[in-house]
Amino acid sequence: MTTPLLEMRNISIHFGGIKAVDDVSIDVMPGEVVGLLGHNGAGKSTLIKILSGAYKKDSGEIYVDGKKVEINSPRDARDLNIETIYQTLALSDNLDAASNLFLGREIVTRFGLVDDTAMEAESRKIMARLNPNFQRFSEPVRSLSGGQRQSVAIARAVYFNARILIMDEPTAALGVHETAMVADLIKELKAQGLGIFLISHDTREMMELCDRVSVMKNGQLVGTERVEDVTEDDILSMIILGKNPKREMA
Amino acid sequence: MSNGLGNIIKTLQLDTRLLGMIGAFVLIALVFHIATGGTFLTPRNLFTLTLQTASVAVMATGMVFVIVTRNIDLSIGSLLGIIGMLMGVVQVQVLPEIFGFGSPMIWIITVAIGLALGAAIGGFQGWLIGYLAIPSFIVTLGGLLIWRGGAWWVSRGTTISPLDPSFVMLGGATGTIGVTASWILALVGSALTIYGLANNRRKYISHDFAVKPLWAEYLLGAILVGAICGITAIMNAYMVPTRILERRFAAEGLEMPEGYTEAYGFPISVLIVLAVAIAMTVIARKTRFGRYVFAMGGNPDAAELSGINTRLLTVKVFALMGALTAIAAVIASARLGSAGSSLGELDELRVIAAAVIGGTALAGGVGTIYGAILGAFIMQALVSGMGMVGVDSPLQNMIVGGVLIVAVWVDILYRRKTGDA
Ligand SMILES: Nc1ncnc2c1ncn2[C@@H]1O[C@H](COP(=O)(O)OP(=O)(O)OP(=O)(O)O)[C@@H](O)[C@H]1O
Ligand SMILES: [Mg+2]
Repeated sequence: MTTPLLEMRNISIHFGGIKAVDDVSIDVMPGEVVGLLGHNGAGKSTLIKILSGAYKKDSGEIYVDGKKVEINSPRDARDLNIETIYQTLALSDNLDAASNLFLGREIVTRFGLVDDTAMEAESRKIMARLNPNFQRFSEPVRSLSGGQRQSVAIARAVYFNARILIMDEPTAALGVHETAMVADLIKELKAQGLGIFLISHDTREMMELCDRVSVMKNGQLVGTERVEDVTEDDILSMIILGKNPKREMA
Repeated sequence: MSNGLGNIIKTLQLDTRLLGMIGAFVLIALVFHIATGGTFLTPRNLFTLTLQTASVAVMATGMVFVIVTRNIDLSIGSLLGIIGMLMGVVQVQVLPEIFGFGSPMIWIITVAIGLALGAAIGGFQGWLIGYLAIPSFIVTLGGLLIWRGGAWWVSRGTTISPLDPSFVMLGGATGTIGVTASWILALVGSALTIYGLANNRRKYISHDFAVKPLWAEYLLGAILVGAICGITAIMNAYMVPTRILERRFAAEGLEMPEGYTEAYGFPISVLIVLAVAIAMTVIARKTRFGRYVFAMGGNPDAAELSGINTRLLTVKVFALMGALTAIAAVIASARLGSAGSSLGELDELRVIAAAVIGGTALAGGVGTIYGAILGAFIMQALVSGMGMVGVDSPLQNMIVGGVLIVAVWVDILYRRKTGDA
């Protein structure tokens, strides 16, 4: 068996009294999409925020290409080519799309000054692929629609040659057409060999896009299944009841 | 506004807020000009006005960053006081013994010490705010009391004067660069402005972005160059009084030639404001640091998730505020020629008001350098004008207070209308 591109082993974290994530292990292979499912508050966002450097885990290990890594800040994660689309989008509302896209990684001129025109030109290129209708480059993202903002967040995650992509409900605010474009994008990135963690509440969409799904409940991992081995109903019962009926029978 | 003018403004991509502020300034100036029977809009008065505004304007640029990052700095008036005091002691009691009286080293070292002190104290307050998570309101309120007390302590309440002549040049009417140098500066400034416009246009075209029509660029260039030359002409129109000239010739043992005249030109303190304004604008718009300041103001979590060290950024913002306060302390004490323990009192409120009138939003994330400087001018124009028409100072304060509230209300209405919250 090949080594996973990324592996999170026995991860735990607590906030005050609640164990938001309790001894959870997940992994992803190159060119694989792994879905994370679970009810509201199951701990999905918290788990991936540990991976993206937003939270520090209490215990557990993270391996990239089989080598143990330390992720103590968002910068560490970015340095490991781990890119994240946060559920909250994490955009600075007062800045324009290009400034957000390049935030923390600005293109600079040879004098070390930020090169806004170059960044806007690059933003136009990537947005043309993601959301060709998007034209509002010089306005603060505050004045964009929810879906347009989401496009900006997606563009930021895919622009910088990620190896591992974390998408926390990336299509929540998107229209039918834009959702389909994100699905195509996921397939394309998958073909390029990226490892993708995808979080969504849409079980049908997950069955279509993912190779495997991991289900969480109350901070714990219920189980991880290959999508071809389970039905939508099996997954639903894992989410709701916290167990896989097929495994119970066996 | 008529539709035609509205279209021109749109094509020029002028900031309507900026226009509104210039309009307010012109209105205030005209009202006082009439009320004083024609003495407000004179070169002499405008010259004095810029001198009086300089120190608050310098600090207001720093306050923009502080407020944009959702903080406040109440300590700057007191900080100005203690830095001014210590610089006074250094230049009057310490340095002359080392370098001899009148050596240029005196002002250089004094200013360097002031800057270091300001940055250090500001940075320390920033550290308390950023790393220990004590609210900036509390830290700087403490600072307001501590540094004011400290300023008194330095001299036991006495006023230090006279300050060194080389130092005094940095703040007042004795330190002006004269007509020729002023015009040279205006020419250089105009040339750079035109170069900047042309360069921008070229960059836009090279990326296939939409550009303004050519006539709009020319018009914009003409307006900017006109403004630069106009201000220079005003500064060059204020003549040095004959009395002072005679005294100057007499001091050199010369007879003043018949009909000799001389104009002041730009005061050094105003050039300092200009330099600070340009530097701070470049920092705000064109450096990573400035970009992060605004990003943090818009959404601190997003900034953090983008790998920005927001705590260190807070330290830097307050250190910068401290350094600018030191520059303001130089200007303020040099203008008065002395440093007393009440130097800078209530300046924090003037500075915050200037920034807020200039469109800096207390909710964070929004603000401009030029707005804050214009805000400082509007406030000072109001205060000076009222003084000239004989409004006594308690009433002056009441009026300034009212204007501040109305200005912010108008700003809220403006933002609601234009849709930027
Ligand atoms: N910063 C925090 N401080 C305290 N508690 C937190 C914090 N972040 C998350 N939690 C708690 O941890 C638990 C897991 O939250 P999390 O956001 O990971 O859920 P989720 O699975 O992403 O849910 P959703 O589907 O609603 O996005 C919740 O009980 C939540 O209240
Ligand atoms: Mg979540």
